[in-house]
Amino acid sequence: MTRKQRRLVLIGTSLCVLAVAAGLILSAMRDSIVFFTSPTDVVEKHSPPGARLRIGGLVKPGSVVRGDNLQVRFAITDGKTDIPAHYQGIVPDLFREGQGVVAEGKLEPGGTFAADSVLAKHDERYMPREVVDALKKSGRWEESESRRPGGTSR
Amino acid sequence: MIAELGHYALVLALALGLIQAIAPIVGARAGDAALMRLANSTALMQFAFVAFSFAALTICYVNSDFSVANVFENSHSRMPLIYKITSVWGNHEGSMLLWVLILALFGALVAAFGSNLPATLKAYVLAVQSWIASAFYLFILLTSNPFLRLDQAPSEGRDLNPILQDPGLAIHPPLLYVGYVGFSLAFSFAIAALIEGRIDAAWARWVRPWTLAAWMFLTIGIAMGSYWAYYTLGWGGFWFWDPVENASFMPWLAGTALLHSAVVMEKRNALKIWTILLAILTFSLSLIGTFLVRSGVLTSVHAFATDPTRGVFILAILILFIGGGLTLFAWRAPMLKQGGIFAPISREGALVFNNLFLTTACLTVFVGTLYPLALEALTGDKISVGAPFFNLTFGPLFVALLFVVPFGPLLAWKRGDILGVAQRLMAAFAIGIVAVAATFAVENGQSVLAPFGVGLAFYVMAGSLIDLVERTGLFRLPLATVRMRAAGLPRSTWGTAVAHFGVAVSMLGIICAATWGSERIIALKPTQTVSISGYELSFDGIARRPGPNYESLIARFTVRHGAEVIGVMEPSKRTFSSRSMTTNEAALMTIGAGQLYLSLGDPNDDGALAIRLYYKPMVMLIWLGAVVMMLGGALSLSDRRLRVGAPKPAARSAMQAAE
Repeated sequence: MTRKQRRLVLIGTSLCVLAVAAGLILSAMRDSIVFFTSPTDVVEKHSPPGARLRIGGLVKPGSVVRGDNLQVRFAITDGKTDIPAHYQGIVPDLFREGQGVVAEGKLEPGGTFAADSVLAKHDERYMPREVVDALKKSGRWEESESRRPGGTSR
Repeated sequence: MIAELGHYALVLALALGLIQAIAPIVGARAGDAALMRLANSTALMQFAFVAFSFAALTICYVNSDFSVANVFENSHSRMPLIYKITSVWGNHEGSMLLWVLILALFGALVAAFGSNLPATLKAYVLAVQSWIASAFYLFILLTSNPFLRLDQAPSEGRDLNPILQDPGLAIHPPLLYVGYVGFSLAFSFAIAALIEGRIDAAWARWVRPWTLAAWMFLTIGIAMGSYWAYYTLGWGGFWFWDPVENASFMPWLAGTALLHSAVVMEKRNALKIWTILLAILTFSLSLIGTFLVRSGVLTSVHAFATDPTRGVFILAILILFIGGGLTLFAWRAPMLKQGGIFAPISREGALVFNNLFLTTACLTVFVGTLYPLALEALTGDKISVGAPFFNLTFGPLFVALLFVVPFGPLLAWKRGDILGVAQRLMAAFAIGIVAVAATFAVENGQSVLAPFGVGLAFYVMAGSLIDLVERTGLFRLPLATVRMRAAGLPRSTWGTAVAHFGVAVSMLGIICAATWGSERIIALKPTQTVSISGYELSFDGIARRPGPNYESLIARFTVRHGAEVIGVMEPSKRTFSSRSMTTNEAALMTIGAGQLYLSLGDPNDDGALAIRLYYKPMVMLIWLGAVVMMLGGALSLSDRRLRVGAPKPAARSAMQAAE
């Protein structure tokens, strides 16, 4: 083989691998990416039941009900709209009424959100950015709340 | 006073950095040896000043001098001494100071130990290293000064973020930074070679050990970070594919590729241009990682928008060095001479394959990390790209790569015999297949793919050792001969085998822990018991204990296996009043290579305590594998060729320069 042919083999193989990688990326993008929405978006955009979503907002004060087997019912609110949600398991340490929360899961036909993961803010100074954006969109965000985000550096 | 001295030392370091950024280049252009030598002293002095500056900040922390804003924000007088020291880099400003400290350290190391480098190459390398350092000194001084004073000194500090008050975090960032920043030398060498327009095997002989050293630290740093996340975050995950982790993983992938391509360049004088490009890209990924973590773009777009100075400054550094590096590459690389040729099936070919797959895998991580940011910036849509994405893209590429790993070291240089190698790997194939069958027999149908993963891991383990077994004559020759032959093998051969073995060990741990782990999430009252994978835990009760700067709630569990008591687990929750935060201290019990993992949730109103209990089989192998990889790197680094072989090529290049 000449140098030129060898180079062609090399370039050909590289392009094949890149094409495979591009294919993998595109197919994974279609199936495994989750869109983030606010409670108002869920209602206004009529998100279809069964779609995977991340909903961010505040845990509505007075909405948390703990049941048997670590069942938790609560409502996520952005001040305009409330979405009822339920979750089974241990909620994070900082999951509290009136505090920011991001829940990931599926919307059930009745409009209830079945969360399979619940994230709360990490510390007093840090608010999940999705929650901030959701609150800002509904006009409930006050600039005084925007303290410096906590450095969860590691 | 000491804070002001630290600040002043940093300003002096910047001044020295600016001199070193220009003088050696002028010297190299004009052939002025004195100007070139100047870089040696400035590099050493720079390091001394930055080290002084770092020590000054550390003293402020140890003395709890809350008149310094940075200390006030991140320390507390009642914190144990060790955390007072680690707080220095537990925040933005201090960690950037650590960054430049390590950058200056690497510059000083080249100045101190690079006496056998060609004078002009050394001058250029030190100059480029100083460009990077000066940019970051400026960044610290203009946007992130850790030495700012408060007008009135508060009596008490605001405490370090409690999740960072952990021994794992004491050593994780410095290790990671040595790795990250160590790649700056590869970058400096690449740029220096491009400026000179000349590159040879001696270049690779220099770059490879430095890259290897950086890679070792990065490997162990990433592993430490993963273990820290595993026991701190309280739900037993060891890798989250979150952008902060990816920020350190991408340079690791590119750096691993660089190590391998530098071998080809050193041995066969081929793949020169690619190696240069890879050196530039690896450090670029380190810079991108720094940008992601340090600009605040990840925690909150909001923070980035209201205080954009830091982010924009790092972005400018990023564009300057990556853009500049790549432009220089596009301009100068075609001038570099082509190296030796090789057939596609050969050791070189296998290393090219390695590079191709590692860089492509790196690309998928890059896309998954930056796509959400790009999409949000462009359309405002917010998405999360999580583990499923990376499992589907990174996973298959890495599996393909692993399959080829044992072939590489067995193939001959220039032109290899793939069938011959496959024959020599028969034993490894057999071991792999037996492992698949055995796993299927034991696991009773929980997963279809995982047994193949286990088989692959065993095949790679066996395959990496085959070269050693054959060359030492193990199982064939008397033991004394084997021992002699083993001692005579190049350390780099040992290093390759051990490092590849380590990759397979980690992989085995990941597959086992992820597939066959079990999980119980349950609310328990005292005296109740819970069982998992044959272990029975009984809840003895709760106690409260005060710590130095927190209150802890400790639950005590007795662990039984059968009737026998094998130990006690005491998970706890710590409440830090200074930040009104709680942290979860999981209890771990190592049983063989597996672990029982127990962490606490909230107490219910009826006195029951929610707990998370996991059994993670083989989980320790994940981190053990990383240690083995690092050991492999250390063996390779101790190779005779890298210790005593260097003066010869230096003489050769000196001759070339004289031509």
